[in-house]
Amino acid sequence: MTSALLEARGVGKRFGGVQALKDVSITIHQGEVYGLIGPNGAGKTTFFNVLTGLYPRDGGEVLFAGAPLNLASPHEVAKAGIARTFQNIRLFGNMTALENVMVGRHVRTHAGVFGAMLRLRSERAEEEAIRRRSEELLHYVGVADRANDLARHLSYGDQRRLEIARALATEPRLLALDEPAAGMNATETAALRVLIDGLRTDGLTVLLIEHDVKLVMGLCDRVAVLEYGEKIAEDVPAVVRADPKVIEAYIGTSAH
Amino acid sequence: MSFLKGRTGLIILGIALLILPFMLGMAGTAWVRIMNFAVLYVLLALGLNIVVGYAGLLDLGYIAFFAVGAYVYALLASPHFGLHLPFWIILPIGAFVACIAGMVLGAPTLRLRGDYLAIVTLGFGEIVRIFMNNLSNPINITNGPKGVNLIDPFHIGPINFAKTDTIAGLDVSGPIKYYYFLLLVLIGVIIINRRLQDSRIGRAWVAIREDEMAAKAAGINTRNIKLLAFAMGASFGGISGGMFAAIQGFVSPESFILNESIMVLAMVVLGGMGNIWGVVAGAIVLAFVPEILRYTVEPAQMALFGHTLIEPEVLRMLIFGSALVLTMRFRPAGFWPETRHKRELVEAAEK
Amino acid sequence: MDIFLQQIINGLTTGSVYAVVALGYTMVYGIIQLINFAHGEVVMIGAMVAFTVITSLAGGTLPAPVILLAGVLAAVPTCMVIGYTLERAAYRPLRHAPRLAPLITAIGMSIILQHLALLVWGRNPMAFPQIMENPVILVGGAVITGVQIGIILLSFTMMAALTWFVYRTRFGIAIRATAENVRVAELMGVNANRVIAATFVIGAGLGAVAGVMFGTYYGIVHYTMGFTLGLKAFSAAVLGGIGNIAGAMVGGILLGLVEALATGYIGDLTNLCRWPGLGTSSMLAERCVDGGNFVVFGSNYQDVFAFLMLILVLVFRPSGLLGERVSERA
Repeated sequence: MTSALLEARGVGKRFGGVQALKDVSITIHQGEVYGLIGPNGAGKTTFFNVLTGLYPRDGGEVLFAGAPLNLASPHEVAKAGIARTFQNIRLFGNMTALENVMVGRHVRTHAGVFGAMLRLRSERAEEEAIRRRSEELLHYVGVADRANDLARHLSYGDQRRLEIARALATEPRLLALDEPAAGMNATETAALRVLIDGLRTDGLTVLLIEHDVKLVMGLCDRVAVLEYGEKIAEDVPAVVRADPKVIEAYIGTSAH
Repeated sequence: MSFLKGRTGLIILGIALLILPFMLGMAGTAWVRIMNFAVLYVLLALGLNIVVGYAGLLDLGYIAFFAVGAYVYALLASPHFGLHLPFWIILPIGAFVACIAGMVLGAPTLRLRGDYLAIVTLGFGEIVRIFMNNLSNPINITNGPKGVNLIDPFHIGPINFAKTDTIAGLDVSGPIKYYYFLLLVLIGVIIINRRLQDSRIGRAWVAIREDEMAAKAAGINTRNIKLLAFAMGASFGGISGGMFAAIQGFVSPESFILNESIMVLAMVVLGGMGNIWGVVAGAIVLAFVPEILRYTVEPAQMALFGHTLIEPEVLRMLIFGSALVLTMRFRPAGFWPETRHKRELVEAAEK
Repeated sequence: MDIFLQQIINGLTTGSVYAVVALGYTMVYGIIQLINFAHGEVVMIGAMVAFTVITSLAGGTLPAPVILLAGVLAAVPTCMVIGYTLERAAYRPLRHAPRLAPLITAIGMSIILQHLALLVWGRNPMAFPQIMENPVILVGGAVITGVQIGIILLSFTMMAALTWFVYRTRFGIAIRATAENVRVAELMGVNANRVIAATFVIGAGLGAVAGVMFGTYYGIVHYTMGFTLGLKAFSAAVLGGIGNIAGAMVGGILLGLVEALATGYIGDLTNLCRWPGLGTSSMLAERCVDGGNFVVFGSNYQDVFAFLMLILVLVFRPSGLLGERVSERA
């Protein structure tokens, strides 16, 4: 449990005159659920986008499983083994739930144009495997009964789960969830918690960005707090919760 | 098209398609020829459908790839250079050259936003035409605006596609032979399209169309996959162009103007982007529009005004333009929209 | 005659026309990120309307400048109405549709306008009446005509006026605010619909004048003229940095100059007979004898340059010369 899966060292990001991230270093251990919290605008999502190759970073480096991570493009990051979801759910609305997950298998499969045109035995087998694995994943996250519905027709909570299934389909070693509980009601949040707990039990490492402090504190093994683009704390939830700087950051912002 | 699902339906459709040219032939060989051009348009529309319908990339110069294929055929099988290669060698060459042209055009532009691609392809269509018009000097490559004449017809063994043969008492004219050839190609292209649609690559295309950012995050190398769509579409255009050159026996830059690109686009949009049968239906309907207009609007105008106020050609373009605008406004998914979920349901039920 | 200077003058003239047309593309794009494909056709209709008015008044008792002014005064409102109609009928209903939809609509509107013009004005190119006296001035071995001076002056005046309007008036501030962020502008009390419609109308009005200038300069109008002109003006807008008003002006002028110089020199440059060594080689000797030529690319490739430039810009500097880096929103 103690080997580092992901190590970010001194990551910086600047938008024009705004220093959105300043020298952020975090270490995520193999098999843990790692929480990243902070007040609005603290740079959580920016960090997330840098980590998944959406934004180019301005400084620092990221090691993943001991090797430098190629952050040049999001698909390289996915290939390396980091899958993500989006804060404002981004599904392929006019594809079925099942097809959405099948797209996630893309990066781990190989069939090309000619294979698809000729439908050779190996391609048929691969296609069948893609379908089977995707159905399993739908089942795993609990939306198997909606497999043939268009993604945009799913309920909000189901869409969140479907997005997680699509991310899992890429066979990640690190699953990064960007505010997965945003907009969920209490029942949906509780179910999400069970799902993430299950992911940990199954040995997956999870990076969780969340607004819901209660969820993070209850779920995460370790938590880091960002404020104004800087890390102000990183430890187990109990210690972070008692950290005066963290209390200051949260009470400070709520007072404004 | 649920009636196509049953085996009886398929057999009926098959027989209808087999005897169609002889039925049309009774009304005049011209109608068989018109039907052939309609099938060519279907092929073009299916090619463009990969680009626009699946991958969501607006290509406004698609006819340029058709032109490339046509010129490749014309130059390799006519007295112009004295080359007379057989069609089964030239068609793949044409597809390959068109594919290269598509990649050369797509590589720098596909990483940019979609509207740049639209305008660049629009320009590309014009450039290809300008080159065909002018590459007669100082070395005569394309024969300029006069075009290339006396292009070889298809030959399969002793069968010459330009001549009429009598087979089992039936007169099989050249256009009828081309019809059967085109039908075979069409069936092949439809099968390929369906297979692509239900493949890893096809899903990646649609994913990019739906949300490019999410597609990237899901591990799709969007740039390569888009380029692939562009290259595939271009190859289909190239093959169709080669057959066009052989059937027509003559090519000139005049055949590859912007209006043709617009017509093919209208077929895809009106039929239903992304839906194979919709595109086929849209292409057939729109391919016959000029003929319908010729036989209705012109006589009607002559009867009413004594002369032609609006030429059918102008009316045709007005109809296509309006069709694009109105479809986007009122039926953005086309008249036969893509039904991915329904298809999935049917397949699930069959299991 | 000095070819270089002459081509600079010619390029400046066509470049001014491109710049004014490019403004129409860039303003609309800056606000709603739409390529208004139909803009070139609006310019064409401006030229056609002016053609009709000027032709019917020419030969009458009115002085030439008045007739020309009447042509412009007829063309500008006509185009403004078309620009407004385009926005209201074709683009506004699709503002929240997928990106592909308004692009397809735009190309559809372009086809409709082009063929309506074909119905009204016919298929053949028409001679634009040359009613103004066109004095010729000699400048250091090159010729500049009165019409050229007029076009350049008028273009620069319009560009200056537009800049003043956008940067110095209340409505101009509303335009810039909407371009920055439609939602926020609306919250600040800006009527975004009105602003968007206004950019179409202003762009169309400028386009109308550009159409008249084009007709006067080339002496010919045709229902397809909007296509090439539009494509070039759009290239100019991209060259300068689409969405950027100053960029459209710089891009237009630059494109005009490049096109003129390239057209002026390409014939000589690609004349293989003039290449040292090649002209006397056995392969070309027959063609090059007695001052013969072997021109690979002649001036008939004029329309290709704008397009090549567009591709080069897109490859090496997609944001254009003056544009900011446009990163896709996450």
